[in-house]
Amino acid sequence: MSAPFALLTARTVDPVMAQQRAASFTRRSIKTSAKAAGLRLALSMVDLTTLEGKDSPEKVRSLCRKAVRPFERDEELLGERLPSCAAVCVYPSMVAVAREEFGKVEEEGRRGLKGPAPSEGEGALKRVKVASVATGFPSGQYPLSVRLADTERAIADGADEIDMVINRGAFLAGRYAEVAEEIREVAAVCDASRSGAFPGPVHLKVILETGELETLDNVRRASDIAIANIRDGDFIKTSTGKVQPAATMPVTLVMLEAIRDECLRNGRRIGMKPAGGIRTAKQALHYLVMVWETTWGIGIEASGHQGTEAEGSAWLSPDLFRFGASTLVNDLLRQIMKERTGRYSAGYDFSEA
Amino acid sequence: MTRQAASAPRRLDFATELTRWEYAAAPETTKVEIAPRYGHFIGGEFVGPIGGGGHFASVNPATEQPLCEVAQGSEADVDAAVRAARDALPAWAGLPGKERAKYIYRIARRIQERARELAVLETIDGGKPIRESRDVDIPLAAAHFFYHAGWADKLGFAFAGHEPKPVGVCGQIIPWNFPLLMAAWKLAPALACGNTCVLKPAETTPLTALRLAEICAEVGLPPGVVNVVTGDGRTGAAVVNHPGVDKIAFTGSTEVGKKIAAAVAGTGKRLTLELGGKSPNIIFEDASIDQAVEGIVEGIYFNQGHVCCAGSRLFVQESVLDEVVEKLRIRMASLRVGDPLDKNTDIGAINSMQQLATIRRYVEAGVAEGARLHEVNGHPLPDRGYWCRPSFFTGVQPSHVVAREEIFGPVLAVMSFRTPEEAITRANNTPYGLAAGVWTDKGSKIFEIARRLKAGVVWLNTYNKFDPASPFGGFKESGFGREGGLQGLRSYVQL
Repeated sequence: MSAPFALLTARTVDPVMAQQRAASFTRRSIKTSAKAAGLRLALSMVDLTTLEGKDSPEKVRSLCRKAVRPFERDEELLGERLPSCAAVCVYPSMVAVAREEFGKVEEEGRRGLKGPAPSEGEGALKRVKVASVATGFPSGQYPLSVRLADTERAIADGADEIDMVINRGAFLAGRYAEVAEEIREVAAVCDASRSGAFPGPVHLKVILETGELETLDNVRRASDIAIANIRDGDFIKTSTGKVQPAATMPVTLVMLEAIRDECLRNGRRIGMKPAGGIRTAKQALHYLVMVWETTWGIGIEASGHQGTEAEGSAWLSPDLFRFGASTLVNDLLRQIMKERTGRYSAGYDFSEA
Repeated sequence: MTRQAASAPRRLDFATELTRWEYAAAPETTKVEIAPRYGHFIGGEFVGPIGGGGHFASVNPATEQPLCEVAQGSEADVDAAVRAARDALPAWAGLPGKERAKYIYRIARRIQERARELAVLETIDGGKPIRESRDVDIPLAAAHFFYHAGWADKLGFAFAGHEPKPVGVCGQIIPWNFPLLMAAWKLAPALACGNTCVLKPAETTPLTALRLAEICAEVGLPPGVVNVVTGDGRTGAAVVNHPGVDKIAFTGSTEVGKKIAAAVAGTGKRLTLELGGKSPNIIFEDASIDQAVEGIVEGIYFNQGHVCCAGSRLFVQESVLDEVVEKLRIRMASLRVGDPLDKNTDIGAINSMQQLATIRRYVEAGVAEGARLHEVNGHPLPDRGYWCRPSFFTGVQPSHVVAREEIFGPVLAVMSFRTPEEAITRANNTPYGLAAGVWTDKGSKIFEIARRLKAGVVWLNTYNKFDPASPFGGFKESGFGREGGLQGLRSYVQL
């Protein structure tokens, strides 16, 4: 099978038109049914995150509960069970805590203590995933052996997903092969089959830390390097959240274009995770518009002639798109409540994670 | 050429996903008042037609419903308007520039204040998406008045060493593709330089020009400085042939432009023409391809392709042709065609039934000559109204009609080239010379190619960027004279 087109050289990105295109998504008017569907989809895509030095086991436990059931009174006030978040995202030292808490949630579900288990709830996940940052997050300024050991430990403790950082020093110095090799080694650690308490595949998300790469040309090059060295279904991610600017629309657009090109050339689906700075439901909807209009008709078998009803996007799913965020969840809930009741709720109507 | 089949996805068992996300209808809800019948705006007030021209209907092209009746300007109407302009001229020309500037500023401010109403009117009268009338047409029209208000008291600096004087009474005939914006392009510099005007909007889109006339009255512009006479080509001919007019400014088709040039020859009237185009958009292999594809879409599908500077001839370096065509197909499939009043519509209605027939004729000619038609957008179209799916042709020969003639619709001719010399030669091989686009990441190539393209405007790594400070106009059969910027003032002053 031949690829539709060959990649000649490293792709360049022209910032003027990229910014213009990114801005165009913010002018879409998402109303009524489209808004209702978008808000719920966005909620299901959140990697609910806490990445602070002061994180406590108690905070992580409440984060896990919030991820499973973002709004405890959803059935009472909305008459529906809202979807769970996709994952919690924590430091490696908190993976075991999160895993233990999800174990409790499942146990309670089985015993019917707290309503239906998340796996049985309408629109809920089978299980909220545990994502762990690793590889010397956020700077990555550690020997490779330490970064790999960090990753192995997080996986052993039960992480389902690893959010790694690339070696920006090597990238900015032009040592691209080194960047690629390190990504491959982390992917190999994730690939090693897990045994014992936590079987199943481990997904990898590669953080480019675009705030340090500065140019969109660099964002595209780093995206291409990462995509070439991860597995089908793995993710690329904008930021650690520790560097400004974090996720922006133009950066996410360029990364989505790299993902789209990979699917067109090689048929692989790579996921996308913007992280940091997405705080409002409105922003989240803008991102979803961007995902929808950039990946429209890609990676889906057209079961008829092209450009018609048969087309859609595989990326409008937490399988392939995530938001790295924390405050976003409560704004999504506020908007969902507003949709249903016509009134805005107060901040204290929703639990803090 | 086939796309790589996607692998079976590794699923994470998430239950929530949308494979299609239908945008709900998002109609612009601002209501606008439209009178059942309009007269001409002459001497500062709306007056009924004289001379038996009668009225005709202005139709919403998206619904085929008549919006109102407007007057068919007769020779008597045009004569009354020219007289009013002539009477107003001495006082207006005699005002200090800074006083004229105040009026022009007020018009600009009032356009901004009434922007939503004007945008809706522009959309229902002409068929263009509200997104464009709201974000492009109306803000740019206001910007033109603001910009030229700034020049009114600085003409002595614009033409240093001269004492610029107004030309006199200007007859201005504008097209239907950007009705209010074209009115602004014509009126703003004329007023800044102390001229008085008789404006003739296109017969299919007179409503915003009439609203602009209302604004002129609202801001207290002296009666007769701006007059608006509606009607079809016969009214335009009456303006062109009226002996009391000192200058004709026309934007429209090359065919009509040639007739006007012949009519004006030997009369001593000044003339500027902004006519048709078949502008080349050239993509080199080292361009940022994804952004270049945006530029293609912006270049040809903006305003349903009803753009004189539309990038309607696409030249792509052969090594990236497949990629560009594939990405263009994908991008086009996501364009939303339909109700122009929906805020999410990208491509609205074709301006008139006649124009739709013209576009269809060209598409049929392209197919008949052997080019391959790609009509990849499957967005459902409304039952009523004038609609045309955006499309492009590949396998186009330079001799094909679709590669030579201006279609003025959302139809693109895609051709390939191998060397920069070939690109330049083929880009310049046209009777037109209005605009061009060049896409490459290499700075030296940009300046070399731009220098050698025979076009009034050359956009580099972008397309369809307009600014009141930037002169716009053509070479060859695309016309002469410039609008906008310092250069645009020159047509409206005597030195």
